[in-house]
Amino acid sequence: MMEPGLYHILFISAALFFIGVYGFLTRRNLITMLMSIELILNSVNLNFIAFNKYLWPHKMDGLFFTLFIIAIAAAEAAVAIAIIINLYRSHQSIDVENAEDLKY
Amino acid sequence: MITGSTILFYLLAGLTLTCGLLSVTTRQIFRAAIYLLFSLIGIAGIYFWLQYEFIAAVQIVVYVGGIVVLIIFSIFLTQQAGEKLPKQQLGRKIFAVLAVFCGFALTMLQVYQHTFFETAETPVPTTVFNIGKKMMAVDNGGYALPFEVISMLLLAAMIGCIVIALRSKPETK
Repeated sequence: MMEPGLYHILFISAALFFIGVYGFLTRRNLITMLMSIELILNSVNLNFIAFNKYLWPHKMDGLFFTLFIIAIAAAEAAVAIAIIINLYRSHQSIDVENAEDLKY
Repeated sequence: MITGSTILFYLLAGLTLTCGLLSVTTRQIFRAAIYLLFSLIGIAGIYFWLQYEFIAAVQIVVYVGGIVVLIIFSIFLTQQAGEKLPKQQLGRKIFAVLAVFCGFALTMLQVYQHTFFETAETPVPTTVFNIGKKMMAVDNGGYALPFEVISMLLLAAMIGCIVIALRSKPETK
């Protein structure tokens, strides 16, 4: 076991990103796809924090990017869930295969 | 030399990755939400380990306390209890695993071939005092403008959610 450093955190971040991509490609339920997007956003946050900690510790830019990404992710999740609930009301299903008509 | 800090880091990393993987592969949607919760807690733990306490607190408050609860609510509203998600087609699964594995290998190859240069300058302590001062600053390097833009975005998202989720009145009596 090595002393953890920047590369270890980049490994975790990349692994989490591709776990999220796998979920996004295989899942067909809108809520689980939203969960995969949350995993992807979290991996990006982890990357920003790791670069800020190890490469630019005299600045705080990565930290602020992370804060703003968290705020935007919260807004995005709220809007997505409003859309999902509206879709469930009109189609009685939140499977993406059943939501193929643009207008009805 | 294995210190307690190293062991803690590997434990947190294992928790995050295992729960993340289970969250995208389990066929019970409620369990997927709970695994996502523990994965997010693991990431907050990594922020604590990196000594970014403010970000860790924000992560717990917003993700664990806000987004996961919202997701669990929407699961209750849209799913039948105890119903499993349908099985995936094998072909789609194989292609997804292939694409993800190739992407991951390519990314890690690039990361390990690249050498990062660390600076010799003295680090700024990431206390709440410093963060607040920087966020409210309007001179060069301050974040007052993005802060205002984000607050407008949050207001717009709130109104948008209410309008989208509003039940439309029946048109004919």
